[in-house]
Formats: sequence, C-alpha cells, structure tokens
Amino acid sequence: MPQEGVIVYLCRAATFLRCIKNDLAHNAGMRGGLSILVIDDNKIRASIIEEGLRDAGHEKVILVHQMEGLVRQIADINPDVIVIDLENPNRDRLEHMFQVSRAVQRPIAMFVDKADSQSIEAAVDAGVSAYIVDGLKRERVKPILDMAISRFRAFSKLSQDLEDARNELADRKTIDRAKGILMKSKNLTEQEAYDLLRKTAMNQSRKIIEVAQSLVIASGLLGD
Amino acid sequence: MGIKLTPVIAGFIPLLDSAVLVAAKEKGFAEQEGIALQLIRETSWANIRDRLAVGHFDVAHMLAPMPIAASLNLTSLAVPMLAPMVLGLGGNAITVAIPIWRHMAELGADLDGDPASTGVAFAKVLSARKERGESRLRFGVVHPFSGHAYELRYWLAAAGLDPDIDVEITVVPPQLMADALAAGQLDGYCVGEPWNTAAVQAGTGRIATYKQAIWPDSPEKVLGVTRKWANAQPDTLSALMRAISAAADWCAQSDHLTELAQLLAGPKYIDCSSDLCVPALGGEMKLGKNTHKSIPDFLTFSGGLRAAPSPTQGVWFFSQMVRWGQAVADPEAERQAAEIFSPEFYEAALGLGLVGEPQAIRLFDMPVV
Repeated sequence: MPQEGVIVYLCRAATFLRCIKNDLAHNAGMRGGLSILVIDDNKIRASIIEEGLRDAGHEKVILVHQMEGLVRQIADINPDVIVIDLENPNRDRLEHMFQVSRAVQRPIAMFVDKADSQSIEAAVDAGVSAYIVDGLKRERVKPILDMAISRFRAFSKLSQDLEDARNELADRKTIDRAKGILMKSKNLTEQEAYDLLRKTAMNQSRKIIEVAQSLVIASGLLGD
Repeated sequence: MGIKLTPVIAGFIPLLDSAVLVAAKEKGFAEQEGIALQLIRETSWANIRDRLAVGHFDVAHMLAPMPIAASLNLTSLAVPMLAPMVLGLGGNAITVAIPIWRHMAELGADLDGDPASTGVAFAKVLSARKERGESRLRFGVVHPFSGHAYELRYWLAAAGLDPDIDVEITVVPPQLMADALAAGQLDGYCVGEPWNTAAVQAGTGRIATYKQAIWPDSPEKVLGVTRKWANAQPDTLSALMRAISAAADWCAQSDHLTELAQLLAGPKYIDCSSDLCVPALGGEMKLGKNTHKSIPDFLTFSGGLRAAPSPTQGVWFFSQMVRWGQAVADPEAERQAAEIFSPEFYEAALGLGLVGEPQAIRLFDMPVV
C-alpha cells in the first residue's frame, strides 16, 4: 500500500530547493536517500526541481509529466515524497485522482516563502504535518519529512480515537433508547431491560448494539 | 493621510464570476467600506481551499459546495468553513464537441439548449455509439465538489444515464477546457464562462445546455471564509460583504457591461480578449457559431436579498454529495450543510432583517408546484 510517503506542496520551487541544498551534507553519508516523485506537466519547472534534488544528493528522482495512469505509477513506485508545485494548474485533477485512490491519506508538507505565526498555527490546525518556511530555519528535509510522517500518524490516531469515542457515545444512546422502549412496553426495570437485550444478543450471536438498533428501528416503524 | 484601511486578502480563480471581487477592488467599493482589498489569482480550486485553510487568504472566491466538503472533512486540509454570501448565480454551461452536437441535433436536440431535450438526444447518441462498439465519451468538470460536477451529473441522470458508467468524468482546470476539447482529449465539459464561449468562438464546441436552464437562479460561487476568521473578524467580514454587495449592484447594471468586460479581460484577471467576456455578462449568448440566444439571466450578480445564501441550497449540495457517493447520508452532516449556508451573517451585515422563507429548490425536471 502506498501510504507511507509524504505529499509536498510547493508555494515556490526555489524555497524547496534552498531547503533541499542543506540536505547535501546529510545525504552524503546515507545510502540512496529518499525516493522522490515530481509530478509536473511543465517540463521546465520539473527539471529545475529535479536538478536541485540531484545536486542535493537525491538520486532516486522520478519525473512524471503525464497524468494518464498516474495512480498506478504511484502505487508501483511507492515514493517517499511526492512533490507538487502549487502553481501546477492540474492540482484539482491530481486531487481527484488521489481521492479516488485514497492516496490522499498521506501527510502533507508545505514549503512556503514566508509566513507569520498565525498562518503556521492555521496550517497545523488544518492538518498540514510540516509547514516549512524559507529563511526561517535552515533544516534538513529528511528529518522534516520524518517528523511530518510521525505527526500525521499521531493525528490520524487522534482522529480515529475521536471517531471511536463518538461512535461509542452514539451506541450508548441507542442502547438507552432501546432500554426505554422495553421498559415502557414490557413494564421492566432498567436492569431487566438491559438483561433482556443482552440475553437476546447472546441467543442470536449478535452484539447488544445490533439488537438495540433493530429494536429502535422496529419501534419507529410501528409508530411507538 | 486618510483613515487606516483594514487589509483583506482574497484568492480568486480567473472566471467571469470573480467580477464582484474585481469590481469591489477596482471601483472603490472596498475602500469606501474601509477595506484594502488585495486579490491574488490562483490556478486551482484546491489551492484556493488550502490557502484559505492555512490562512494565506482571509476570504476566497469559492465553488459553492467547497465550504461544505471542507467542513465535513471530505477533502484534504479540512477546516470548518462558511459560505456567508453568494457571489454569482448561474454562469455555467455544458459544451459538447461539434461532431457530437451534430449527432444530437439529428436526433432532435433542442437548438435553444432545453436540458430535457438535449439530455434525451445525448442519451440516444450514447446508445447509438454503444451499438457500434465505440468508446466511452469523456467529460471534464473543474472539481469533484463543484456545481459543474453536480449539474452535469444531474443532466445525465435525468436522461436515464449513469454518470459513473455511461461516460467518464475527469477533472480539468477551467482555462484548459476549450483546448482539451479542441485536442480531442475531452468530448464535452461543464465549466463557467468565458470557457464555453471560447470553444464556440473557436468552432470546436456547441453549448448543449446551461446552468440557468438546469437550476434557475442557483448559487455558483460563494464567498468562502473559515469559521475561525469569521468569528475573529466579524466587523471586517460585514464591511467586506457590504462592499461586495455594492459592487454586485454595479456589475449588474447593463451600462457598465463594456467597462466590466474590459476590466475582467485585463492581464491581472482573466487575461483574455474582452470579446470572450461580453456574451455571458450581457446575457446574449451564442450557443453555436450561428445560434444566438438571448438569456438575460444567464449569469447574474446582485447585491441585496438575492446574494443571501439559503440553508436549502446547502442541503441540496450535500444531497448531491450523498447521491454520487462522495458523502454518507447523515442528518447531522445535513444540518451542518444547512448551517454553512445560513444567511445570518449577510443579513446582519446589510441590515436586511429576515430574508424570509428559505427558497425552495426547483430543477428543470421537477414539476411546478
């Protein structure tokens, strides 16, 4: 599954290249470095980025000019980094493809030329995993991208936990309603109503929430 | 030294319906409301949304369904957004390549762009192609979460077609549509003006039908803001909406047509020939090279009551997201969609009082009540 890499959006290619330059010393000691896919139908812009990346010691740079069959290519190459310039007018098309293929679920790093503290805060709120500002800090790209991945994982986990918590709350409400229906229609206490739900669930090898849902729906159909 | 103006940065896509923002800046309406409006031209709707989300823009010219998609976390970089004001009604059309139009016309397609008639004719073209074993036709829209996508899909589905099976729908930037059609990469598309007129004038495309006929007086672009910005800068937002409302009234006056067309065609904005802008702005469209049709409300700008969003519009857009598998049916999400299109901010800004009953949604194939 091509879910590991980072999507990098560039406000200015020059910013990215300046940051990348600082990678040279670091990458010299590494085997291979990052595999980087540059998607751009503007061949001049793409080759400028490619040259910058190669100068910085990244040898696994793949340029893609064609949008046809792109999703398949991404799956085959499984790059560490996908670089897309914000000036690329095909961004909407790429987004559409990523959405269909679910590859959109990747951390996002943005290289911008300038920013104030507010926009950095807004970027982080919006789910950008790394927001790299030109001239602010000369950091190496690899650790930034690593950080983006780990932050994205933490963020995804947080979202999942939140989703789980929401579902749990909704489940509890449904069970409460089902109990209420049983208490009213069969004149049971709350504990008796719950026991009945649990017993029914066990007899039918279903979850309590499933039995509760069926009961609530059926009761709705019968008009209470 | 005058009074200090409040800076507002707005992102826009070069299309005719960015007119109200352009006029608000160029004709001094923003300044009159104490706002220094800076307009930044963008190349994609994804950039518009993302740069709004990360705070590069304060407000943006935005596809009407986009604030809903962003708020419901259906697209990347999702933050809660609002659509406090409508920037333009109508303005889109569905254009098909000339050979396809010829075939449609032979099979009885209405020359004036009636959506029911052209849809049926198009369905017949497709079944004839199928019998001959010809390939699927490919249509372009500007973004999956757009009025264009929903209008095209609605038109196809009303003619009994399945937009996901019977044709292929792909995403292409507006300014590249006409070229893609000429190059044979697309067989048709749904886009805002002036990019339908561009294909008509080039002799490569024919307008089959248009938004105003599919869903009369429906919102196309909205003012997009993050909920956070709207809450932090309520006075600036109010002043901006008053400025845009005045600018919209200016744009709507027919004696400003030539000036507006020239302004929009300028190198900072759409950067095209002003001849391309005039037909839709003036409501005198050419559906084909030799078919002129007067459609006064093809694209309308208006301030006052008509620029107020309506919760029913938000709900309709959400229903289309559900219909086409982009979102899961959910009453809570539907409530949010309605709230995003609440007219409250706009009413308060213009001192309009209550706008009244939410507008009922009526598309071309729905019976008149």
